[in-house]
Amino acid sequence: MSSLSDTELIPTPPPSENSANSVAGIDQALGDFSYDVKYALDAGTGLTEKTVDYISAVKKEAPWLREFRMNALKAFFAKPLPTHWATRDLENINFDKIRYYLASGQKPKRTWDEVPEDIKRTFERLGVPEQERKYLAGVEAQFDSEAAYSNIREVVSKQGVIFLNSTAALREHPDIFRKWFGKVIPTGDNKFSALNSAVFSGGSFIYVPPGVKVSHPLQAYFRINAENFGQFERTLIICDEGSEVTYMEGCTAPKFSTSTLHSAVVELVALKGAKIQYITVQNWAPNVYNLVTKRGLALEEAVIKWIDCNIGSHLTMKYPGAVLKGRKARGEVLSIALANDGQHQDTGAKMVHAADETTSNIIAKSISVGQGRSTYRGLVHIPRHLRGCRSNTECDALLINTNSRTDTYPAITVRGDLNSVQHEASVSKVSEEMIFYMQSRGLTEGQAMSLAVNGFVNDLVRQFPMEYSVELKRLIDLEMEGSVG
Amino acid sequence: MSSLPASNSPSTGSFTQDVFVRSLASLSHLPGWWLDLKNKAWNEYQALPMPRRTDELWRNASIQNLRLDGFVLPERAGPLLLPGSSPAFKAAAGLAFANNRLQATTPLPPDLKRKGVIFETIEHAAVEHGELLRRHFLAQPVKLGSEKFTALHTALMTAGALLYVPPGVELAEPIVITHVVEGPGAAIFPHTLVIAGENAKVTVAEFFLSADPAAGNFSSGVNDLHAEPGSQLTYLSAQNWGRGSLSFQTNSTVVQRDARVLSLNVHLGGRQSRHESHSRLQGPGAHSEMLALTVAQDAQEFDQRTLQSHLAPHTSSNLLYKNALLDTAKTIFSGLIIVDPDAQKTDAYQSNRNLLLSSEAEANSLPGLEIQANDVRCTHGATSGHIDDEQMFYLEARGIPRQTAKELLVFGFLEEVLEKLENEELHSALREMIKNKFKR
Repeated sequence: MSSLSDTELIPTPPPSENSANSVAGIDQALGDFSYDVKYALDAGTGLTEKTVDYISAVKKEAPWLREFRMNALKAFFAKPLPTHWATRDLENINFDKIRYYLASGQKPKRTWDEVPEDIKRTFERLGVPEQERKYLAGVEAQFDSEAAYSNIREVVSKQGVIFLNSTAALREHPDIFRKWFGKVIPTGDNKFSALNSAVFSGGSFIYVPPGVKVSHPLQAYFRINAENFGQFERTLIICDEGSEVTYMEGCTAPKFSTSTLHSAVVELVALKGAKIQYITVQNWAPNVYNLVTKRGLALEEAVIKWIDCNIGSHLTMKYPGAVLKGRKARGEVLSIALANDGQHQDTGAKMVHAADETTSNIIAKSISVGQGRSTYRGLVHIPRHLRGCRSNTECDALLINTNSRTDTYPAITVRGDLNSVQHEASVSKVSEEMIFYMQSRGLTEGQAMSLAVNGFVNDLVRQFPMEYSVELKRLIDLEMEGSVG
Repeated sequence: MSSLPASNSPSTGSFTQDVFVRSLASLSHLPGWWLDLKNKAWNEYQALPMPRRTDELWRNASIQNLRLDGFVLPERAGPLLLPGSSPAFKAAAGLAFANNRLQATTPLPPDLKRKGVIFETIEHAAVEHGELLRRHFLAQPVKLGSEKFTALHTALMTAGALLYVPPGVELAEPIVITHVVEGPGAAIFPHTLVIAGENAKVTVAEFFLSADPAAGNFSSGVNDLHAEPGSQLTYLSAQNWGRGSLSFQTNSTVVQRDARVLSLNVHLGGRQSRHESHSRLQGPGAHSEMLALTVAQDAQEFDQRTLQSHLAPHTSSNLLYKNALLDTAKTIFSGLIIVDPDAQKTDAYQSNRNLLLSSEAEANSLPGLEIQANDVRCTHGATSGHIDDEQMFYLEARGIPRQTAKELLVFGFLEEVLEKLENEELHSALREMIKNKFKR
C-alpha cells in the first residue's frame, strides 16, 4: 500500500469512531480509501422524473427504454417499504440524499492501456490487474456507474459470446436482450427492483449461444466510489440451449461516513439444458445498504446455481431465487453469511417450482460474531397439479458470542401428494471441547475459533472456485480476529 | 406504511353493541372488576381492525372468509352431549357446558375438596375466589394475531372453568370439561383456566363439539395454563365443530422452575379453525411439550400459530405438530422459537410434519427461530410429503386392501403424537374420534 504516491490521494474522513469498525472493518482495510475522481456527468441528488430523463438522455436510450424507466419510477414511488416483514432499519435510508447517476463520461475501455491513470490506481489497490492476470477469462470491472474498463477475452468473443454493459447491450443487441429484459424480475416485483429499473446503469449483459460452454468464469468487480452514491447495476445473463457459463461478482468498497445504497437487479435465463452458475462475494463497507434482487428462470432440464457469500455491508437483504419453469429444471442456492458488529445479513433463497420433476436445494450457513445479526429467509413454493418435485433446505447458524443473534424464517407451501419437501435448521455454538482440543495443541483461542468457523463453512467453500475460496478463508480469519477473549 | 381508511377497520359483524349490552345486563350479580374487564374488552374488540392481507401473523390464511356475520348468541340452553361415541372414561370431576350455560356437573370427590382443590365455573369463581381469578385471568396475553377475537371472547364469555390444584396435590384421574354448541349460527365462548400449584400434578381434558355435524357455528375460546414450580400439568383438547363453523382458540402456557407442561390439541372439525399457542418458559428446568394433530378434509382450513418463549436459562421445549391432509384441505403452521439473551443452555425443538393425501391439498409451513443467546441447542424441521410407496407396497403385498393400508399408514403417522399421552383411556378416546372422522 505504501508504494502508492500519497500526494495523489485525497484521504477520506475517518469512519465514525465506533469501536465496531475496528472489528468489522478489518478486511475492508484494502478498500478503505477514495480518489478524487472528476465526475463528468452527474444527475445530482434526489430522485424525480428529471433524474430519469437525464440518465436516459445521457445514455441516448431508445424511447421504449425511457418509458420503461418512467413506469418503474412510478412503481417505486407507489410501493411502501416492506417493513411489515423486513427490518425497520430500511427507514433510515434517505432517498433524497442519494445520487442516482454518476459517470466519468468515458466510453468503456477495451484494453488496460486506455484506462485513465487515476482509475487504474483504484483497481490496483483492489487487486484487479492481478485478477486479470490470474483469471483467464474477461474482466468487466465497474467503476461507479459505468464500466470504465472492460476486457473481453478474444477466446470468449470468438465463441460468439456477447459480454457488454447494460447500456451498450440494449443499444447494440436489442433483438437478443429486450426479449428477456425485466421478464424474470418484473419492475414491480418489489420497491427496490422498481428503483433499479428506474435508474439502473452499468452491470453486465451476457449472451451465450447454443451449445457453447464458456470454459473460464466471467468476472466483474463492482465498487462504489463517491459519498452518498448508490449503485444500481443491472445484469442479465442469457444462456441459450445447452450452453454453460459461470459468472463471478465480487465487491469491496471504500468506507464512507454516511449511508450508501446499493440496489442491483440480476436476471438469469437458462434455456433448455443450459447451466448458469452465479457466484457473489459481497464485501461492501459497513455503511452500505445492499438491497438486491436476484432471480433465475430455468427452462427444461436447465440449472440455475447461486453461490452467494455475504461478509460486508451494514444491511444486506438478498434472496437469490429460481423459477423452475421447465420439466426437470433444477435450482440451487449455496449461501454463506457472516455478520459482525453493526451488521445485519438478511439473506436466503426463493424456489418456485412451476413444472413437474423440478428439484431445488438450499444450503445456508451463517455466522454471527459480536452483536452481528444474521437472518435466513426462505421461500419454497410448489403449486397444485405438479408431480415429482423435490426440495431440500438446510440452514445452520453458528453463534460466536453471547450477544450474537440469528433468526430463521422459512415459508413453505406444498400442494398435492406427489411432491416432497424438507426443511431443517439448527443453531449452535462452537463447542468448548473443540476449542479446548485445539488450544491444548498449541493454537491460541482466536486461531482455534477461526479454524472451527472455517470448518463450519468448509463443505460450502469447497464448491467455490479456488481463488475465491482462498480469499474467503482469509476474510473469515480476519473477521474472527479479536472475536474471542 | 400504508394505512387503510378508518371506515374499513372496525368491524363487529353480528356481535353488535346491542348484543354486548344484553349479555352484560344478565351479569349484574357479578363483581364490578369482572364487569369492568368485560367493558374494556368490548371497547378493544370494537377498536381492533379485522386481520389484513399484509399482516405477517395472518400470512397464507384465507382472511376473506373471516366474516363475523350470521352468528347469534344462543337464547336457550343446548342439549347435553358427551364426546362423540367414545367410551366413557374415568374422570375425577367434570363440567359440561352447552350454549354458554352450565348443563351438568360431576363434583369433585370429597377428599380432593378437602385438600383444597377448586373446580368451579368461572362466574362462580369470580364471586368466591376473586383474588385467585384476578391474579391469573388473562394474566399473560397472547399476541399472535387473534387479539380482536380474544377481546370478543372476554367481552361475551359466560361459560368457563377454573381449576386450582394446591401445592403437592396429585390427581390420579383427569378433569373433564365439555362445551357443546347447538343451533344455526350459534356462538360460544369457552374459557378454561388451570393453575397447578407447586409440585402438583393434574390432567385436564377438554372437548368442543357442535350438536349438528353440519352446523355453521362460531367459537372463540381461551385456555390458560399456569404451572407453578415443580408441577406437572397435562392438558388435552379435541375439537369437532360442525363443518360450516368458524373457530378461534388461544392458549397461553406459563411454565415455572422445574415444572413440566404437556399440551395436546386435536383438530378435526370446522370450516376454518385457528389455534394460537404461546408457551413461556420462565424458570430454570421448565419444560413445555407442545403437540397437535390435525386431520383436514374437504375444504377445511386449519391455521396454527405457535410461540415458544425461552425467558430463563436451562429451559427446554419440544413442539410436534402433525397434519394429515385430504381433498382440498389447507393447513398453515407458523411457529417461532424466541430465545432471550439471558436464556443460555436453552434446548428447543420445533417440528411440523405434513402428510398430503390428495393432489389438491395444500400445506403451508412457516417455522421460525429468533435466537439471541449463543449457548443453545435449537433446531426446527418441516417436511411435507406423501405416503411412502415402499410401505404401501409392503402392506399390499401382504394382502391388505389399498384403502385399509392407507388408513393404517396414516394412523401410524398420527400415533407418534398420541402415544405421548400417558392416560390410556384418553388415548383411545381420541383415537376413536379420529377414526370416526375418516369414516365420514
